[in-house]
Amino acid sequence: MSCNCKSSTLETKDPRFQQLDEIIEKYKDQSGALSPVLHEAQNVFVYLPESVQIYIAEGLNVPLSEVYGVVTFYSLFSTEPRGKYVINVCLGTACYVKGSGKIMERLKKELGVEIGGTTEDGLFTLKGCRCLGACGLAPVLTINEQVHGRLTEDDVPSLVRLYRAKEEQSVN
Amino acid sequence: MEIYRSHVLVCAGTGCTSSDSLEVRDELNKELNRLNLDKEVKVVEVGCFGFCNLGPNIVIYPEGTFYCRVKPQDVKELVEEHLLKGRIVNRLLYNEPETEVKVKDFDNIEFFSHQKRVALRNCGLINPEKIEEYIAHEGYFALAKALKEMTREEVIEVVKKSGLRGRGGGGFPTGLKWQFAYNTPGEVKYVVCNADEGDPGAFMDRSILEGDPHSVIEAMAIAGYAIGAQQGYIYVRAEYPIAVQRLGIAINQAREYGLLGKNILGTDFNFDLDIRLGAGAFVCGEETALLTSIEGHRGEPRPRPPFPAVEGLWKKPTLINNVETYANIPAIILKGPEWFSSIGTEKSKGTKVFALAGKINNTGLIEVPMGTTLRTIIYEIGGGIPHGKKFKAAQTGGPSGGCIPAHLIDTEIDYDNLIALGSMMGSGGLIVMDETDCMVDIAKFFLEFTQEESCGKCPPCRIGTKRMLEILERITEGKGTPEDLENLEVLANTIKNASLCGLGQTAPNPVLNTLKYFRDEYEAHIFDKKCPAGVCQALLTYVIIAEKCKGCGLCARVCPTAAISGKPKEPYVIDPEKCIKCGTCIEKCKFGSIEKK
Ligand SMILES: Cc1cc2nc3c(=O)[nH]c(=O)nc-3n(C[C@H](O)[C@H](O)[C@H](O)COP(=O)(O)O)c2cc1C
Ligand code: FES
Repeated sequence: MSCNCKSSTLETKDPRFQQLDEIIEKYKDQSGALSPVLHEAQNVFVYLPESVQIYIAEGLNVPLSEVYGVVTFYSLFSTEPRGKYVINVCLGTACYVKGSGKIMERLKKELGVEIGGTTEDGLFTLKGCRCLGACGLAPVLTINEQVHGRLTEDDVPSLVRLYRAKEEQSVN
Repeated sequence: MEIYRSHVLVCAGTGCTSSDSLEVRDELNKELNRLNLDKEVKVVEVGCFGFCNLGPNIVIYPEGTFYCRVKPQDVKELVEEHLLKGRIVNRLLYNEPETEVKVKDFDNIEFFSHQKRVALRNCGLINPEKIEEYIAHEGYFALAKALKEMTREEVIEVVKKSGLRGRGGGGFPTGLKWQFAYNTPGEVKYVVCNADEGDPGAFMDRSILEGDPHSVIEAMAIAGYAIGAQQGYIYVRAEYPIAVQRLGIAINQAREYGLLGKNILGTDFNFDLDIRLGAGAFVCGEETALLTSIEGHRGEPRPRPPFPAVEGLWKKPTLINNVETYANIPAIILKGPEWFSSIGTEKSKGTKVFALAGKINNTGLIEVPMGTTLRTIIYEIGGGIPHGKKFKAAQTGGPSGGCIPAHLIDTEIDYDNLIALGSMMGSGGLIVMDETDCMVDIAKFFLEFTQEESCGKCPPCRIGTKRMLEILERITEGKGTPEDLENLEVLANTIKNASLCGLGQTAPNPVLNTLKYFRDEYEAHIFDKKCPAGVCQALLTYVIIAEKCKGCGLCARVCPTAAISGKPKEPYVIDPEKCIKCGTCIEKCKFGSIEKK
């Protein structure tokens, strides 16, 4: 590849790329390193923009097409920026029969976004997923790693308010 | 070791932590400190008891008293009454739903009394983050026995004789699989644990990993010894953060104790484990796709044969089993194959863990002997269907399975009986549906799932499921034609025969199975343009039952399209032209006077 990504100013200034160097170093000599590196890189960068994918491809010495192929195959890897809180509504069978569709609809209305969208303030991204393994509490959603279960449609506004309030507190 | 007069077991599984069980634990510790009981009573975090719906759950030993839905503000009373004065706190006991009787002993609750715990033997009993507690419950005894008293061949023989079959869905005899991996010559072999648990509605593996991670680690080491492998991988879904964390802790502890690593227990056997995370692709639960994923590629399946036991991870012989399959192994080695095969039916030995969910009173995790009837599971363990509704069907086998209809409720559940009904055991999700669930809609739901999760490598699965889904969408929108049913069947059989991996080969099952048992429902959608269960929006009309309507006008106020009109204190009416069938009015009506027909 002819681009000089490593020496570009963006990446030398951004301390997250140093972290990425460490991650690449940790896994470089293992077989099957790509996927753990992507997981950890996403934890650092929140998502996997092209610059990060190129950096990883060079660091692990694998074709960029391979990196891109893997990133786009798995739904947990994201190439788009995400909100601070990712709301994942379970649309698995148990949750479906207990009405998770209505909860999704209500969230769309409450946040004013479609599935996959992020609110304008960058706070929430709304996603759907298939079974979080908390089916005993259906219907279920997670906000980042926190599980919220036994929900009704009417719990949605207060849940959103709860996280908005949290955010205001942390700002003040 | 310190001796305590009482132990308070607090569930720290995913279900109960999301209902704040960790706050309850903190509050317990605070109260015990305040009353100077902290030297007499010990609070222990344990894995899932299975009764997730009632969380947070706690059990107080030695009495074995089960308290449910315990909130942090209940703790003070609980400590003062039960732990200080020895008086049961009645209001926090469990209520049997059928009889309304309060039950205090763990073992007398119907939910637990029909169960037999083998794979879940330690879940809810020990602290999963302490290897000492696992060892105190005979943990790693089976590994010691295998390494010191048994040859590799003897270990395989015991697993074969036990009759254990794979719990990941297929039901392949585990001992035979071990034998194949053993037979393939090779310096380097691998042992892999499939903890991808992709079937929606299933959380057995999650609970085992969260509640008893060492049982899986121990079994994988035994498998490594038997087939001649030195390295193992556990492939866990990233959606299970608590399981991943506890597995990590457990692996480190096992290394510290010399139970993983070099020269295990002073023998010349070396074995170590690493965790690999899934990244949200259902097809990666399929074994060849899983191996491709561990190798760091797109998780696409490969044709079999060659089977993984011959050519698996990095082309080396690889043994791959499911979490629950492994969790049975230490018990089999310790108690013997005869003990294990005395449980269950002729061709399905041992127990099976099921995740009970959907329209059932007691949702949660249960383990029962193979051959238990669906009736026992639903009415005795599960406590029946809520709100007096009628039982319609139980879905098993996830997107590869089907629905067992109400008239077959006395079916004894094992691998072969379920296959005979056109469903399958799957990994153990059991989702109960009542009269308000539409079977055409459920079939559509599963096809949407497989359509989305198809990796796209082979056309029958990629395109065929799409065409089937389109037909189902038409039917649920009231645009179905009589030929549709036949077309569905033709497509289904082609996809089954021509797909590359299990995902495509089983994707049509939910359709074929519901066509077999609920054909009248399909026909009602196509010919009468009606959805008997009242689910498919396009086929419903909303009406106000004049006799029941009190004329309060609430429905008219909440209707987003102003389709409802009327005068106060007189029955209101809905204009079907304006009605968008959103259902808001039904939810708000306090008198149940609005119906979907
Ligand atoms: C589409 C598909 C998804 C699967 N998902 C899982 C899964 O999530 N967990 C699992 O243990 N097995 C799953 N399997 C079965 C595995 O391919 C494999 O049979 C199993 O891991 C073998 O372990 P066992 O013999 O112990 O059951 C799946 C199979 C298919 C075709
Ligand atoms: S189906 Fe929603 S958590 Fe399992």
